[in-house]
Amino acid sequence: MGLDKSQIAWRAAQDLKNGSVINLGLGTPVLVSNFVESSRNIFFQSENGILGVGPEATQKAANSDLVDAGSRKVTLIPGASIFDSAASFAMIRGGHVDVTILGAFEVSVSGDLANWDSGAADKAPLVGGAMDLAVSAKTTWVLMQHNTKDNKSRLVKDCSLPLTAKNCVERIYTDIAVIDVTSDGFLARELISSVSEEELRNRTSGNIKLASDCCVLKAPNITS
Amino acid sequence: MDKRRQSAVKVLKEIKDGSTIMISGFGEAGVPNTLLSQLKDLHPINLTIVVNSVTRPHSLPHALIEANMVSKVITTSARGRGKGLSKFEEKLRDGEVELECLPQGTFSERIRAGGAGIPAFFTPVGYGTKLGEGKETRNIQGKDCVLEEALTGDFALISANKADRFGNVNFSYTQMNFGPIMATACTTTIVEARLLLEEPLPHNHIQLPSVYVDYLIESEETDHGS
Repeated sequence: MGLDKSQIAWRAAQDLKNGSVINLGLGTPVLVSNFVESSRNIFFQSENGILGVGPEATQKAANSDLVDAGSRKVTLIPGASIFDSAASFAMIRGGHVDVTILGAFEVSVSGDLANWDSGAADKAPLVGGAMDLAVSAKTTWVLMQHNTKDNKSRLVKDCSLPLTAKNCVERIYTDIAVIDVTSDGFLARELISSVSEEELRNRTSGNIKLASDCCVLKAPNITS
Repeated sequence: MDKRRQSAVKVLKEIKDGSTIMISGFGEAGVPNTLLSQLKDLHPINLTIVVNSVTRPHSLPHALIEANMVSKVITTSARGRGKGLSKFEEKLRDGEVELECLPQGTFSERIRAGGAGIPAFFTPVGYGTKLGEGKETRNIQGKDCVLEEALTGDFALISANKADRFGNVNFSYTQMNFGPIMATACTTTIVEARLLLEEPLPHNHIQLPSVYVDYLIESEETDHGS
């Protein structure tokens, strides 16, 4: 068994630097904030105009004027600020966000990202802030399942789906591994104990190697 | 000077067929629902709407499309929720509505440029993607960029918290989103606010200065942020 979504998010949360500015995408990425203690002084940016998103609001405290980019009613942490969309995207495009954590359909060996257009027939596009974030953040990480439901690798030689941005992904957290995107292809830094190197190769399309100091990927049991 | 108006209908009647309308809102925050529901009743047609998202089938921006009032949508998020097609997606498939999909930062910067007298700008966002296709490109300081032109409109419909009679506006939390920039980019700006004040707002509470605002209408929303 691989990591579940919360465990993937937990693992990524361990690598965030204290005091950094982070933008979380929809789905698994937004779970990362559940595993960041307030003492770490991490500021979550939301592209609708918040720096300092706190936990989701309780029903009693919910304010329909205070939502994040995923439409969750949220709270603010001490020191948080609110601004308009132009200021928000100047913050993003100007490189003031340290890490953007996004979901993905595919990531290529050269770090190309495809995460906005699933190619479903007649469904209209939805790009939101994904391109801005992937191009402009200092660092882009992806959280995703290693394989699709029909066992295709989401790590690929070349993306088959429409690109979000080229050469932007630096690190991928999947249900079975933590992988860096290097000039030499995918490099597994951590791998769960139940998956062998050979199985990892079979489940990954595109060149993948194990780092010489590759260690076991572990996450605590998380009850939601 | 008093920009407050009793009747939204009288003001909204200025919106003629073929107008370009910018609509504030991100998620459910800051959507000018009072103005939109009255506009829907007035039913001008061939509108171009500039709006962040039309994913929600029950939202009023989507309702304008459903009511055959819209010929073009400029947005960042067009995909309807769920697996089936939204009414907008059906119209898109049938060629009844035109779509221009933009990265959110390009969307907001094009509006900002429109209000700030900047005809166009280069950005790396969108380069090498489907959304950059057909756009002029240039390598600037080692970065491949696409040229994006300013967006302007005839009318901005904005939702806010408080406004004074001069047209100075204050927002509640993330209700602000695209409101301040859309107001700068349109010939006529109509703001609906929960509270219309006779007294001027405290100077340092003003998030949208009066010069950008033409008319003020009282919002029918009761939910009161602070």
